[in-house]
Amino acid sequence: MTKPRFRRDGAWIGASVPRREDPRLLAGRGRFVDDIVLPGMLHAQFVRSTVAHGRIVAVDLDDVREVPGVVAAFSAADLALSDITALLDRPPHEFVPTSMPVLARDKVRFVGEPVAIVIARDPYAAEDGLEAAVVEYDELDPVVTDTAALADGAPLVHAEAPRNTLVDVSLFATEGIDDVFAEAPCVVRVQTKTGRQNALPLETRGVVADWDDRDEQLRVQTNTQIPHQVRTVLASCVGLAEKQVRVTVPDMGGGFGQKCVVGREEVATAAAALRLRRPVKWIEDRRDALTAAFLAREQRYDVRAAFDMEGHILGLDADVVCDMGAYSCYPFTAGIEPLMASAEMPSVYRVPAYRVRGRAVTTNKAPTGPYRGVSRPQYVMVMERLMERAARELGIDPVEIRRRNVITVFPYTGVNRITYDPGSYRESLDLCEQVLRDEGWYDVRESDRIIGIGYACFSERTGYGSGAFAQRKMQVVPGFDISEIRMDVSGTVSVTTGTMSHGQGHETTMAQIVADRLGLDIAQVKIVQGDTDRITYGFGSFASRSITIGGSAVAAASEKLGDQLREIAAHLLDADVDSTELDGAGGVRLRDDPARRLSFAELADVAYLRAHLLPKGIGPGLSATASFDVAGDGTFSNATHGVVVELDPGTGGIQFLRYVCVEDCGVAIHPQIVEGQCRGGIAQGIAGALFEQVTYDAAGQPLAPSLMEYKVPTAAEIPDVAIHHLETPCAFTANGAKGAGEGGTIGAPAAVLNAVNDALRDTGVELDDTPIAREAVHRALEGTFA
Amino acid sequence: VKPAPFSYHRARTVAGAVGLLTELGEDAKVIAGGQSLVAMMNFRLARPEHLIDIARIPGLDTISRDGDALRIGALVTHHAVETADLGPDFRVLSDAMRWVGHLPIRTRGTVGGSLAHADATAEWCLLAVLLDAQILVEGPAGRRRIPAGEFFQGVFTTALEPDELIVEVVFPRPAPRAALTEFAERQGDFAIVAAAVDLDAPRVILGGVAPVPLRVPEAEAVLAEVVSEKRRPGDVSHARAAAAAAEAIDVRDEPGVSAHYRRALTRTLVARACEEAARTPDHQFGALPGQIRGDSRPSDDHARQG
Repeated sequence: MTKPRFRRDGAWIGASVPRREDPRLLAGRGRFVDDIVLPGMLHAQFVRSTVAHGRIVAVDLDDVREVPGVVAAFSAADLALSDITALLDRPPHEFVPTSMPVLARDKVRFVGEPVAIVIARDPYAAEDGLEAAVVEYDELDPVVTDTAALADGAPLVHAEAPRNTLVDVSLFATEGIDDVFAEAPCVVRVQTKTGRQNALPLETRGVVADWDDRDEQLRVQTNTQIPHQVRTVLASCVGLAEKQVRVTVPDMGGGFGQKCVVGREEVATAAAALRLRRPVKWIEDRRDALTAAFLAREQRYDVRAAFDMEGHILGLDADVVCDMGAYSCYPFTAGIEPLMASAEMPSVYRVPAYRVRGRAVTTNKAPTGPYRGVSRPQYVMVMERLMERAARELGIDPVEIRRRNVITVFPYTGVNRITYDPGSYRESLDLCEQVLRDEGWYDVRESDRIIGIGYACFSERTGYGSGAFAQRKMQVVPGFDISEIRMDVSGTVSVTTGTMSHGQGHETTMAQIVADRLGLDIAQVKIVQGDTDRITYGFGSFASRSITIGGSAVAAASEKLGDQLREIAAHLLDADVDSTELDGAGGVRLRDDPARRLSFAELADVAYLRAHLLPKGIGPGLSATASFDVAGDGTFSNATHGVVVELDPGTGGIQFLRYVCVEDCGVAIHPQIVEGQCRGGIAQGIAGALFEQVTYDAAGQPLAPSLMEYKVPTAAEIPDVAIHHLETPCAFTANGAKGAGEGGTIGAPAAVLNAVNDALRDTGVELDDTPIAREAVHRALEGTFA
Repeated sequence: VKPAPFSYHRARTVAGAVGLLTELGEDAKVIAGGQSLVAMMNFRLARPEHLIDIARIPGLDTISRDGDALRIGALVTHHAVETADLGPDFRVLSDAMRWVGHLPIRTRGTVGGSLAHADATAEWCLLAVLLDAQILVEGPAGRRRIPAGEFFQGVFTTALEPDELIVEVVFPRPAPRAALTEFAERQGDFAIVAAAVDLDAPRVILGGVAPVPLRVPEAEAVLAEVVSEKRRPGDVSHARAAAAAAEAIDVRDEPGVSAHYRRALTRTLVARACEEAARTPDHQFGALPGQIRGDSRPSDDHARQG
């Protein structure tokens, strides 16, 4: 581990202070989209396709407009909006661009696709209106699975995409890899299919839009993770200049990536408000959230790994097919999952030879977007299954085989040409195993109960800078963040961030960073986010970028402001600026004569109200702007999860006996928030491993339109998680922090699956698909234990 | 998920509710706790023109002992039964309530509503058949008693006439050695299979394997042998009863649940219900769905899931 470059003497960083969001949220005084009520506000709902694949013959909304309470109804032809198109800079054989119309125009491609928007005086009348819509379809054969999509002669979801393939990339192919496999003494293979999931934020998507004549602006209050990208798409779709669109974001009840893409509904709602010159609100109901929101994670892997007799991995050969559903999401495109899997599959291991093909296929199902972890829960599961399988083949302990392969010397540049910054891969693995051994679980495993222990050792690239995203060849390249800090006349500060908290507590953590850099109490810091008029530009929050990149920009801006304050103080104290320092208590003092001090309030008073006292060359006011980008490949958080499960041979039931997470996200700004991220992520990871699946019938009709069928686990199903922290500070983010947003989700499926398979070790059955069916567990145990 | 328009009527007496039902006919639905009906209305799967709210009719929310029998008013909530001290005779009812949905559902949902809705996996439907309950209903012609065995007629279909209202459920005989258990992947879900057993009657009732709560005479016959021989039932007879139940049911493969698995669950759950019933009154709190009974901690130091 390298020595941290930052000073660790902060009063705020590392302290789990009460979250500044909590008083309002816990008292029910937060403001979420659905809390917003504007005078004369109308309510929107969407006429949605009832067929999975069909040509639209006619959309008749005449009867809708006669329904009591309905104010207006618009089809694609009525609103004439530009399409939403996300692009990659890749050649046609690698990427086929497709467009997503705001409202379906010629064709519908999934059940739930918006065909028309109905505006009414209340949500009840809006739904009455939906029932009066008459849409005539010329039904086409639906493509419901990835294998059907790739089959010869399959119907085409998008005419421009042959073989229903939107992305087909082979990022790596080490020369001679076939020989490696031919000569290897041990080759293991994992074929797995992972279930389609819904990120399912507690708060569904929603928007309130209105046109403001005084500001000549379309004001859009929406619960998005990416306000500026929403503004760009909105302006382009409705034909306004960007300055005429203001996107603001109120409190959010989660996003997990589902709100990290531009939704057709938010555009259509805003367009309707613009047309009607009245405020319009759309709140997605749970049925629409389950059937028509952006989904994720339905992937098929066929991966072989070659090992030598000592268990060293020699090569990795992977084929990945991601079922992206009907449309390519903006701004990430349908490439998001296959590109992530292809680029990062070697994970924490020293893989000398690597070949991968990653494909995105389009099907007549609800489209997909990013979801916490993006492909990493899947490829980590594959890698960790490969390790366990090879361990068994070779008679090596499953933890030991990981030890022999895990990266221990940093920085390490992998076969995937990514450079990994220092982490504690080996240490986390050792500690996690030690905890389970010390607690006696290996003894319990040897009892006559059906108990298994499973691990997942993994890293998570966080803080993708512009360079890292440029390698994906996105046309919108996120990466940097800009922060602007302003001190007011009283000496308190407001700080902008281009990141967008959707429940992570950035009002607290960003303020902790500012408070430490300036020597202020966090109560004197206001964080400004989620307002395209007040923030120059931002890419919002996703990919665990907020603290790594946004937090670094905030720190840099704070330091610039600190320098200004010191310059003014030096002048007023008649001293050299180099002899001044921030005093950690809201003032500037002379290093050698600390009694000579000026408070920020005194300095701000001069900067604004007595500007004639300012030194030459320093203008009035106190503000600074700074940006931050990650120059290299980003910084890697890491963790090992260890899980103990017990299986019930009578039912196939799976019970957690123990869950241990050893994580390393560098410097934790707020350890309690980090632990919350771990626990929430693990819950979502367990959901994918054991419970949740979006399913369709052969006609493409969704089979899980409510939470009765879509089995989100509850507190009764999720175990307590014991969390241990390691700290390998990042050398190139401002605070030594690495991202902490997704790790839990990434590690849980692999660890759970390995534990279940360890419990099945005497049955000869291995289960690699998720979610694990209880019936499959039961069947496996039946012969051996029943 | 907003319901279609409807008219709301609040009934203040049973006679008033019956009067409204008679007047409004089949376009009317009775609402009490609304835990099934409102969800169906929100999905517009149910679209009654009229809702008759009986929740505030006085006198229907009491639990009382009447000699050997226990009388439960139609408006008694699941939660009220769960927290009532029914003594060893009817403890099976309180214990079974932990399987009913989640706490918020239990605090609003009612016994009468659950019976009238007649989901074949609903705990009250199984318990009513298990314990030979009499369902007291009132219509324009007055009151009548319907034996639970005749009440459930098919999927969501009962012997209740459209102008009749459930007012009370009478459980005529004590059942100190009875239990209900279920399996689902999540706590609170509708059971894939539910099994209820009364060792003394003896009775074996299954949910999730037929359109109505299913009595399994083949399994009851095994338990009856034990009763007639005045033997204390043990694992062997439980296992035999469970096997008989699994053998007797007529189930088909369905998406996600094969017939084989449903039979296996039936066998497991009947055996476990027998065990639990035999344990009363030294009664242990049973396993949660998807989980295994028993303390699996290697020592008390280790935190684990609740």
